[in-house]
Amino acid sequence: MDLIVVLQAGVASGTVLLFATLGELFAERSGVLNLGVEGMMLIGAMSAYSIAVMFGNPWLGVLAAMIAAGAISQVHAFISIHLQADQVVSGLALTFLGTGISLVLGEGLSKAGTISLLPNFSIPLLELIPVLGPIFFKNQSIMVYLGYLLVPAAWFYINRTRPGMHLRAVGEYPAAADALGINVYRLRYFYVFVGGVMAGLAGASISLAVSPGWFSELTTAGQGWIAVGLVIFAQWDPVRAAFGSYAFGALRRLILDIQGPMVLFGRINNPFYYNPYWGFFLQMLPYAFTIIVLVIGSREAIRKRIGAPAALGLPYIRGERGL
Amino acid sequence: MSEAEHDGKVSHSFSLPFSIRLEPRLEEPPRWFPAVVSLSAIIVALTLGGVIIAMVGGNPFRSYAHIAQASFGSLGVFSDTIVKATPLILVGLACSLAFRMRLWNIGAEGQLYLGAFGASVVVLAPLLPADSPSWLFIPAMLIMGVLAGALWGFIPGFLKARYNVNEIITTLMMNYIAVAWNNYFIFAVWTEGGFQMSPVFPRAAWLPRLTDLAGQYPFLGGLTTHMGLLFGLIAAVVVWFILYRSQWGYEIRLIGDNPTAARYAGINIARNTILVMMLSGALAGLAGMSEISGVVHRLQERISPGYGFTGIIIAWLAKLNPFAVILVSILFGALLLAGREIQPSGIPKMIQGIILVCLIGSDFLLRYRIRIVGRKETA
Repeated sequence: MDLIVVLQAGVASGTVLLFATLGELFAERSGVLNLGVEGMMLIGAMSAYSIAVMFGNPWLGVLAAMIAAGAISQVHAFISIHLQADQVVSGLALTFLGTGISLVLGEGLSKAGTISLLPNFSIPLLELIPVLGPIFFKNQSIMVYLGYLLVPAAWFYINRTRPGMHLRAVGEYPAAADALGINVYRLRYFYVFVGGVMAGLAGASISLAVSPGWFSELTTAGQGWIAVGLVIFAQWDPVRAAFGSYAFGALRRLILDIQGPMVLFGRINNPFYYNPYWGFFLQMLPYAFTIIVLVIGSREAIRKRIGAPAALGLPYIRGERGL
Repeated sequence: MSEAEHDGKVSHSFSLPFSIRLEPRLEEPPRWFPAVVSLSAIIVALTLGGVIIAMVGGNPFRSYAHIAQASFGSLGVFSDTIVKATPLILVGLACSLAFRMRLWNIGAEGQLYLGAFGASVVVLAPLLPADSPSWLFIPAMLIMGVLAGALWGFIPGFLKARYNVNEIITTLMMNYIAVAWNNYFIFAVWTEGGFQMSPVFPRAAWLPRLTDLAGQYPFLGGLTTHMGLLFGLIAAVVVWFILYRSQWGYEIRLIGDNPTAARYAGINIARNTILVMMLSGALAGLAGMSEISGVVHRLQERISPGYGFTGIIIAWLAKLNPFAVILVSILFGALLLAGREIQPSGIPKMIQGIILVCLIGSDFLLRYRIRIVGRKETA
C-alpha cells in the first residue's frame, strides 16, 4: 500500500465532498438549511451517468446533473421560503424525493456498459513537487482541479465581494437586508439553487470520475449527510470546509485500501487482511469521525462564540417582527 | 393598499383580472380541515406519482390498483399488510415522540437495527439456553431490544444535551454504524455455515402469530400477524398517555413549542433531551425486536427496507398523534407490501417522497387562507 497513491485517490474522493459541502455552505449562509444534499447528489449522479451513456459525452452529463439537481433544489426552496414550512422536514422530504426519483429513473442503468469518463491529467511543473506534487497535481480528474479553484473563489466571494456581503446579510439579519433593498426571497432561492447545482456536480463527480457508475443508493452512501456535517465542522468557512472534505476523502480511501495488502509498511502483518470481517469496523469510521468532528466543532463554536448564520432555518416573513 | 398589506403580512398580486391574496388565519380552522388538507395532499401526491410512473413507461392505474389489490384484497394479504405496519407503528411513534419536542431523531432505522441486535444477543450469545420456555425468551428479548435501542438513542441525546451537537447528523451517522455493527456479527460471529445470516431462532423465541391459534379458530390459519402488533397498540396508548396526560409530556410539549419559556419555567431541557431520545430509541428498538422475533426469526442483513425513514413520514402525516400513527402505518404498510412487486423498484420510495413533499407544502393552507378577489377591491 503506497500512502501517496492512497492520498492521491483520497483527494479525488474528497473533491466530491468538497462540492457538496461548499454548495450547502452557500445555502446555509443565506439562511436556508437544506438537508436534501444526499437526494440532490443522487439525482446528480444518476442524471450525469444516464445522459453520458445516452449521448456518449461526459460533459453533457455534468451539465444535466447540475441542471437536474438545481431544479429539484427549488422544491425545497419553494416549500421553505414561500410556504414557510419547517426546513428540517422539507429537507428530509427532498432526500426521500431525490432518492426515489433517481432509483426509478436509474433502474437498469448500471448495466449500461462502458462510457467515456471525465478526463484526467497532470499539471506540468507542479506535479514535480516532492510528495505534494503526486498527491495533488498528478493524473487527477479535471473535477479535482476545479475544486482547487472553487475554494479560494468561494472564500473571496463570501468575504470580499458585495454580493457575498448581501449573502451574509440575508443569512444573519434578513429584516435589515430587506430594509436595505436586498431581495431576501430572491437571494435565498438563488443560493439554494447554487447548493443544488453544487450537489449535482458532486454527484456527477462520483458517477463520471471518482467511482464511475450508477449503484443506486450506494453511489453516494451517505456522503451527502457527511457534507451537511462538514458544514457545521467548517463553521461555515470554505477553507475549513476544504480541509474537512479532503481529510474525509483520504479516510474513505484509506479504509478501502488498507484491506488489500498482506503486509503493512514492509513489516507489520496487516490485521485487516487476516481478519476480513474487521472491515465492518473500518466501514464505521467515516460516520464515527463525522460525529467526533461535530463534537469538536460544537465545542469550539461554544468557546469561540462562533455560531451558525443567525437566521439559519428560520423562514423570513416580510414585515413580521423578529430576526 | 389592502388591509392585509397594511398588516404587513405576505401578500401577492399578479396581473390577472383578479388577485390572489394570502391572509394569515387568525382563528383555528375547523377540526375537519387539517384532515381534508392532508387527504388532498395525498391525492395530489398520488397523481404526481402516477404522472412519473406513466413517464417511465408504467401504467399508473394498474400500479395503484395492484397496490390496493395486493394489500387489502383478502384477509390473508391484509394480515401481511398488518405485519408490515407493525414496525412502522413503533418507529412512527418513536419519531412522533421525539419530533413533539422538536428533537429530530432520524436515527430510528439504526435504533431498530440495534434493537434487533439486542434481542438476538439473548438467543445467539446465548444469554438463555436454547430450550428456555417462551415466557422467558420473549420478555428477555423484549428488554434487551428496548435497552439496545435506548442506548443508541442515548448517545445522540447526550451529545445534544452536553455539547449541543446537531442530532440530525449524529442520529443519521449512527444508522450507518448500526448496520455495519450488525453486519459484523451476521458475517463473522453468528453466521450459519458461512451464509450471511444467523441460525434460525428456537420456536420459543418466536412471537406468537395468529396462525398459531388455527387449532382453535381454523379461519386464522396462515395469518402471519404477530404479537408485535399488540406491542405497537400498547405503545401508542403509552405514548399518548405520556404526551397528553402526564406532567412529563407537558414538559416535552412545552419545550417543543417554546424552549425559552420552558427554560424560564425551570424545566430541565438537557435531561428531557436525553430521556426523550432514549425512549424514542427504545420504541424503535422494540420495532427491531418485533421484526426479528415475529417475522424473520433470525438475524440477517436488510431486516428493514427503511422502516426507520418511513417512520418520519408517518409521524408527520399523523401530525404526531399516536393513534393516527396506527392508521397511517397501515396505509404505508400496504404501500411497502405491494411495492415489493412493482417495477421499477424505486416507485414506493419515490411515492413516499412525493407524499411528504405535498404534505409539508399543504401545511401552509392551515396557516394561511387563500382569497381570490376582484381587481376593484384591491386597486
